[in-house]
Amino acid sequence: MEESFLKIEHLKKHFGSNQVLIDVNIDINKGEIVSIIGQSGHGKSVILKNIMGLMLPDGGRIIFEGEVISSPTKRSEEYEQVRKRFGMLFQGAALFDSMTVGENIAFPLRERTSMSEEEINKTIVDVLAMVGLHGIEEVMPAELSGGMRSRVGLARAIAMKPEVMLYDEPTSALDPIMSDKINDLITDLRNKLNMTSIIVTHDIASAYKVSDKIAMLHDGKIIFHGTPGEIRASRNPYIQQFIRGQRKMYYAVEDEKTYEEQVDLDKIRAQTPWAPKRSKFDG
Amino acid sequence: MKNPGLALVTNILINAGKLFYGIVDVIGIFLRHVKYISDLIYNTIIRVPLLVKNVNLTTHQMYIIGVESLPLVAVTSVFVGGEAVIQANFQFAGMVPLRYLGYAVSKSLVTELCPVLTAFVVSSRISTAIAAEIGSMKTSEQLDAMTCLSLDSFRYLIMPKFVACVLMLPVLVIFSELIAFIGSIITAMFFIDVSLYVYLTGLKLFFSLPDMIIGILKTTVFGAIIAITGAHFGFQSRKGAQGVGEATTRAVMFSAVLILFFDFMIAFFVLKAKF
Repeated sequence: MEESFLKIEHLKKHFGSNQVLIDVNIDINKGEIVSIIGQSGHGKSVILKNIMGLMLPDGGRIIFEGEVISSPTKRSEEYEQVRKRFGMLFQGAALFDSMTVGENIAFPLRERTSMSEEEINKTIVDVLAMVGLHGIEEVMPAELSGGMRSRVGLARAIAMKPEVMLYDEPTSALDPIMSDKINDLITDLRNKLNMTSIIVTHDIASAYKVSDKIAMLHDGKIIFHGTPGEIRASRNPYIQQFIRGQRKMYYAVEDEKTYEEQVDLDKIRAQTPWAPKRSKFDG
Repeated sequence: MKNPGLALVTNILINAGKLFYGIVDVIGIFLRHVKYISDLIYNTIIRVPLLVKNVNLTTHQMYIIGVESLPLVAVTSVFVGGEAVIQANFQFAGMVPLRYLGYAVSKSLVTELCPVLTAFVVSSRISTAIAAEIGSMKTSEQLDAMTCLSLDSFRYLIMPKFVACVLMLPVLVIFSELIAFIGSIITAMFFIDVSLYVYLTGLKLFFSLPDMIIGILKTTVFGAIIAITGAHFGFQSRKGAQGVGEATTRAVMFSAVLILFFDFMIAFFVLKAKF
C-alpha cells in the first residue's frame, strides 16, 4: 500500500482534566485539500498546532513522508527542518504588529532565505496581489480590517512557498464574497504549486466548495472522513445536524440500526405535539 | 467513627498530608520557574553573537531603554541628590562638621542610591513593557506565528532587549550620578548654606574611583534582571488581557526584589572583601 503523505495516528491531547483529542486518525495525500470540521472548542486548532509542532501530543504520532515528525518524546528543536516545509494561517492572522505589512512579509524572507532585496520586494508585491491586495505595504496591521489582516497573514505564509499549508478558520472573519476569493485561492495554490492544504473551519459552504475530503471531529475523535458528497449522504444524525446547522438533534441514535426506528413519523409526532396531524398522504 | 482518638489521629494525618502536599507543590512551582529562567538565560546568552546580523534591532531597543528613559532618570536623580544632602545634614547636625557633607553624600550616591534607584525606575518602565509586549504577542499568537515561520523568538525578541538593558543601564547610571551630584550641589549651596568649595573639597576627600566603578558595573546585573524577568513573565503569562496584566505586575515586582537581593549579594561579597 502506498504510504500517505501526512498521516496522523492515534493523536491524543489533554488540557488539565479536559481530554480534547482522544484518538484522531487522518490520512492525507499529497496535493489534497482536507477540511476538518467540528464544533468550536472541540480541538480542531489543536490538531493543527500538533502538526505544526507548536504543541507536543500526549500520545500518538504524526508521520510526514514516512518520518515521524511529532510524538510525545520528540523535542521541538528537532522539528526545525520539517517546519520550513509547512505554512500556517492563524485565526487572527497573527501579524507582527510592530511592523508594516511589507515588513511582515519581508521579515521571514530576509531571515530565512537567501533572496536579494529586489527579489523580496517583488515577492511582496506578488503575494499581496495573489490575495487581492495592492499598495498596502507601508500600512500598519492595526489599521487593517479583520479580513484584510487574514489575507496578509495568508500572503506572509505563502511567500515562503510551503508544501503543506494549514489554515485555521481562514474564512471566519470574511464576508461571503471575500471568503469565496480565499477559497479560489486555496484551490489555485493546489493547482499551481500542488500545495497540500488542511483547513480547520466551521464554514460548511466553503468546506464543500474547496475540499477533496472532509473530516469531522466530534468528542475527540474523527467520526467521519470522506468526500463532500459522502458527508452529505451520511445518515449519522449528528453529522446531518451539523452540516445543516440545526439547533436540535430530534432523533439522537446510538448506531445506524436504531436510526431507522427513530425516524418513524408517528414517534416524532408523539414527541412533537405541535406538529401537523397525520394526513392521508403519509405512508 | 467509634473511636474518637482514632478519628483525631486520622484527621491530623490527613491535614499533615495536605500540608506536606502543599509544601511540595510550592517547591515544585519554584523549581519549575528556576528551570524556565535558567533556560531563558542560557538561550538568550548563546544567541548574543547573532547580534551582529541584526544590529538595528538592538540599537532600536537601546534607544527605547536608554535614551527614552533618560528624562525619568534625570528627574529621579535630581531629587535623590537633593534628598541625600538634606538627610546627611540632618544626621550630622551638631556632631559632624559639614565639610564632610560632600564625602558622605557622594559615597551613598555612588555606591547605592543612584545604581539601585535607576534600576528601579528603568525596571518600572522596561520590565513591564517587555512582559506586556511578549504577553500580548502570546495572546495574539504572534509567538506561534514566529515559530511557524522558523523565526527564533529568543533571537529577535529577547536577545536585543537583554543586550540593550545590560549596555544601557550603566550608561544611565553615569548620567544619573552626574545629575544627582548637580542636584546635591544645588541643594547644599542654596538650602544648607554650605559653600561650593567646602562641599567639593569634602567630596574629593575620600573619593575612590573603584567604588564608583563597582557602582556602575553592578547595574549590568540589574539590567540583565530587568530583561529576563520581563521576558520570563511575558512567556509565562496566561492568554488574554488579565493574564498580560498579571504578567506585568509580577515582572516589576520580581525584578525589584531580585535587584535588591543581588545588590545585597554584591555589597556583601565585593565591598566586604574590600575592607
